[in-house]
Amino acid sequence: MSNEIEAIKDPGLPAHVHRKADTDPKAARRAERQVATMFLVSAFGTLLLIFSFFFIPDDVFVFIPIMGNQNAHQLGLGLGMAISLFFIGMGAIHWAKTLMPDTEVVAQRHEFRSPDSDRKDFVSAVKEGAAASGLGRRSLIKRSLGAALGLSALSPLILLRDLGPLPGKELEKTTWKTGTYLVTDPGNRRIKASDLEVGAVAQVLPEIADPEHRKLSDIAKDAVLLIRLRPQEFNLESDRLAMTHDGIIAFSKICSHMGCAVALYEQQTKHLLCPCHQSTFDVTRAAKVIFGPSARPLPQLDITIDDAGYLVARQPFSEPVGPSFWERNSQ
Amino acid sequence: MKRLSRYRRHKAAAPLLLFFALLTVGATFSVASATTSAETTSVDRSVQIEEGRQIFLKGCSSCHGINAEGAQIAPSLIGVGAASVDFQVGTGRMPMADMSTQAMRKDPIYNEEETAALAAYVATLAPGPAIPGESELNFERDGSTAEGGELFRNNCAMCHNFAGQGGALSQGKYAPTLMGVEPKHIYEAMVTGPQSMPVFSDKTITPEEKLSIIKWIKAAEKEPNLGGASLGRVGPVTEGLLGWVLGLGMLIGVAVWLAMKAR
Repeated sequence: MSNEIEAIKDPGLPAHVHRKADTDPKAARRAERQVATMFLVSAFGTLLLIFSFFFIPDDVFVFIPIMGNQNAHQLGLGLGMAISLFFIGMGAIHWAKTLMPDTEVVAQRHEFRSPDSDRKDFVSAVKEGAAASGLGRRSLIKRSLGAALGLSALSPLILLRDLGPLPGKELEKTTWKTGTYLVTDPGNRRIKASDLEVGAVAQVLPEIADPEHRKLSDIAKDAVLLIRLRPQEFNLESDRLAMTHDGIIAFSKICSHMGCAVALYEQQTKHLLCPCHQSTFDVTRAAKVIFGPSARPLPQLDITIDDAGYLVARQPFSEPVGPSFWERNSQ
Repeated sequence: MKRLSRYRRHKAAAPLLLFFALLTVGATFSVASATTSAETTSVDRSVQIEEGRQIFLKGCSSCHGINAEGAQIAPSLIGVGAASVDFQVGTGRMPMADMSTQAMRKDPIYNEEETAALAAYVATLAPGPAIPGESELNFERDGSTAEGGELFRNNCAMCHNFAGQGGALSQGKYAPTLMGVEPKHIYEAMVTGPQSMPVFSDKTITPEEKLSIIKWIKAAEKEPNLGGASLGRVGPVTEGLLGWVLGLGMLIGVAVWLAMKAR
């Protein structure tokens, strides 16, 4: 094999084609007028912005087709600024394209390396400077500077601590305990089983001593959806059926896929939908996943009633609620 | 006819023909599916109930059964209450125009008196939620917008969208927009749970709290678009679509113009 390649002839530069504005003075004048018009439109945009800022009150609304009622003050500001900036640019480009010289120019490439004499001068200047600062002699400065620089590197490391602490067992626990009352959210009122009609849903939280200061991080795990069906509509294993009360079934509201609030309940199909990724759970079959990316059913809360008929949790959730985490696989 | 036939191979002929065909089918359908309404005025309650029964037999019994006992295609109306009838018929959802997945809002077929008569008749079948009176719906006085917003976000926003614009459910079902819905109908929907919507009991969301929700929805309706076009207030979907299609399209257009040589 030879490395010889048939030489490709340098075709050279193509002949320069003149623009209309280069040859025809009329066209040149027209281009000039166009550029000037664009600049004037831009000036009008700035004036519109100034006018809107000072003279259009911010409670005036105008009707714009398709967009509907728009705030005239804001619309004037935005439109004015857009016009003023866009047409300055457009005018400048049009000017460059039609009137500025457009002949092709050949520019040769050069090496980027500085001449040897410059490089030598630079090295000697650095060396002289280092000697003059006396770093070698003044060891106190050298050491204290070293300590300061070394310690300053610690600050970003220390800030990394805010990534922790590790949640420990926090993700596996909720506020629900044996005998915790179910209360409405918002309102914090206890709920009687008889308060719910068939087909009713209620968003509930565990009763706590100080409901005014409920932590958001607790709500994110404790939220439960209460649904009442006709008892004969259930299609549950006996242990799951025992966790319901007279057609009332309670599920964690936190999606087992990504932790969104699963609360789109279709009363006719008895399906619960997650609004984020359309995971669909069948309420009659213990929230079995029938569609979507969720890998496991929503945890069911074991509920019963106390002597006065109020709904209480018989025991805490038997599994962690919400999405999977490192210590928990998706099954 | 000859002159028309000359254009039969024109490139616009097929789309035009399709357009007219669709128009004809649509117009025929809407005329055919319109139901004529009977006129009634009622003074006496028993007369009103009898009128309601007559309207029911004519307009509803073919699906819901002669005694409102329900059938395969339609649920029983025994015990649904006057509120349910007032909502379904008053918003035009019933009678349905066709057997699609969801009865949608349209111009009511029965007038107010006929709707009241129907509601009175259905209410006699078994006890159920009643139509809320004018005095029970004074949401301006009894409601709180802030509390309503909290309740809305907890109980309504997942289906009806955070701004009450409605949203999709499964298999073609959807939660309708709440904008422009009468307060009475919003209240009735919460009490009766029409179609896919669950019931929100008076004990878990008290009547005052329901009024707060209505007050919030009415406040959301009046919310001005201070930030420019609302794009349907459905969140990032339309915003992204517009940003990618219109915004990027414009940028591409400008880029093409920039690179074009002047002649």
